Amino acid sequence: MRYFSLLTATNTPDGPPPGALMAAIAALGEDANSAGVLLDTAGLAPSAKGARIELSGGTIGVIDGPFTEAKELISYAIYQVASKEEAVEWATRFMDLHLRHWPGWEGNTVVLKVFGPEDFGQQN
Amino acid sequence: MALWLSDDVIDAPRTTRAAVEAVWRIEAARLVAGLARITGDVGTAEELAQDALVAALEQWPTRGVPPNPAGWLMTTAKNRGVDLARRRHTLHRKLGAVYRDIEVRQDTADTDRDDTIDDHIGDDVLRLIFTACHPALSMESRVALTLRCVGGLASDEIARAFLVPEATAAQRIVRAKKTLRDKEIAFELPTPDQARERLATVLEVLYLIFNEGYAATSGPAWTRPELCEEALRLARVLANLVPDVAEVHGFVALVELQASRIAARTGPDGEPVLLADQDRGRWDRLLIRRGMDALQRAERLAGNGSPVGPYLLQAGIAGCHARAVRARDTDWVTIAGLYGVLRELWPNPVVELNRAVAVGMAQGPDAGLAVLDAVAGDPVLRGYAHLPAVRAELLTRAGRGVEAREQWCKAAELTRNEGERWVFSRRAGQVS
Repeated sequence: MRYFSLLTATNTPDGPPPGALMAAIAALGEDANSAGVLLDTAGLAPSAKGARIELSGGTIGVIDGPFTEAKELISYAIYQVASKEEAVEWATRFMDLHLRHWPGWEGNTVVLKVFGPEDFGQQN
Repeated sequence: MALWLSDDVIDAPRTTRAAVEAVWRIEAARLVAGLARITGDVGTAEELAQDALVAALEQWPTRGVPPNPAGWLMTTAKNRGVDLARRRHTLHRKLGAVYRDIEVRQDTADTDRDDTIDDHIGDDVLRLIFTACHPALSMESRVALTLRCVGGLASDEIARAFLVPEATAAQRIVRAKKTLRDKEIAFELPTPDQARERLATVLEVLYLIFNEGYAATSGPAWTRPELCEEALRLARVLANLVPDVAEVHGFVALVELQASRIAARTGPDGEPVLLADQDRGRWDRLLIRRGMDALQRAERLAGNGSPVGPYLLQAGIAGCHARAVRARDTDWVTIAGLYGVLRELWPNPVVELNRAVAVGMAQGPDAGLAVLDAVAGDPVLRGYAHLPAVRAELLTRAGRGVEAREQWCKAAELTRNEGERWVFSRRAGQVS
């Protein structure tokens, strides 16, 4: 089964992310990749480079970034694992790198299940 | 010193049985491989690793997951090894060394990952894969041992996957471990001159696991996706360990591309849908992209002299299907050509059967029937449901309805897969 994880920063200290964090992230990515569970991952550019398309009150509007919220979406990953707990474990390891290498940084990772054949009762 | 007791690492909500098992699944291969390097015996390593899992299941739910779960499992397993050796009063020299190692580590209370594991770990996992897939073992044992030691699956999971009683699955593992001991199979990489043959054996085991999930040969289930996913995962693990072999990446490409079609292979009522009739919008584009990337890597390696093998050729064929947006866009000429190369490399009546389909599409049903007639007498195909099914398809397209119906019925009668029987019977009813 497949899980989509989305990392959001809620408090980012001034300055670029520490080199040690980036190195640790690369090592963990390599780990997940060699374990055959990381299907896809990428970092997301600041919302200044994006846009939001909204439907409300019967009209569709396009709003260019940056968005005023303090939260920034940082990156996503798609895991192929055997259980939700396994996806949570990988995502927790990722968060743990931030805890250890970037004091003051706060954020969250949402782990969502991607619908798969197992959700439609087709097998067995 | 009980490292897992420090306050900042206790995370009670996560520490369910399922959370422990999740950590286990991530660490199992490296743990068993590291222990096998120390003990020299995969069987002992697997038993010590299981002991560590039991200890984790007992302790983590109340004490929390330790900060370095991999190191905890390794230390616990080594301790069990020392206990075992003491109990047997035959303190093994290597385990004695382990014991001294542990004493040192306990003194320094080192929370970092055990570097003596990390230094060797890639090679150790590869040794583990080669040992679990050793030709001295029966095919069933290779599959069971690979899923257990490399995949981290429990006996009941292996049993469920292969529709056998749990005792049978457990027995296969016990027998495999005994064979490794009795025949004194060393925990080592094959020599360079054996490497290609041994890699082929590993791929054969992985493909068997994949196919058991992809097209269940018997029983009601048409696919068991978890088994396909596990085979895919193990294939990716292998490709990371042997990055420069074209055939390994070709294998990864083949299984990624085949797996991309899993959702489309089953209709709304659970009935199978054949390739030509699949809703290609349901193909998994992420797996197709990964498969095409692996195919490209394999072709690049082949271009640099890494030998082309049957999996790479089949991946090339699967790639042709993946590229076709609609069934009628399929490049059958290239596919027929690839089957032509495949039959040279790997003379096999089942390949000829597939070539007959491709030639039938590329050059017309009569050309396909000619290929089929040449191979139909092969004893390997006796009782094989796809022989009459391919003939029926070609006859249908040639407008020879009566003969086609007869062949569809014959195929339905021969298949052991209920889903296939449903498809073949329906086709028999449709020919005019």
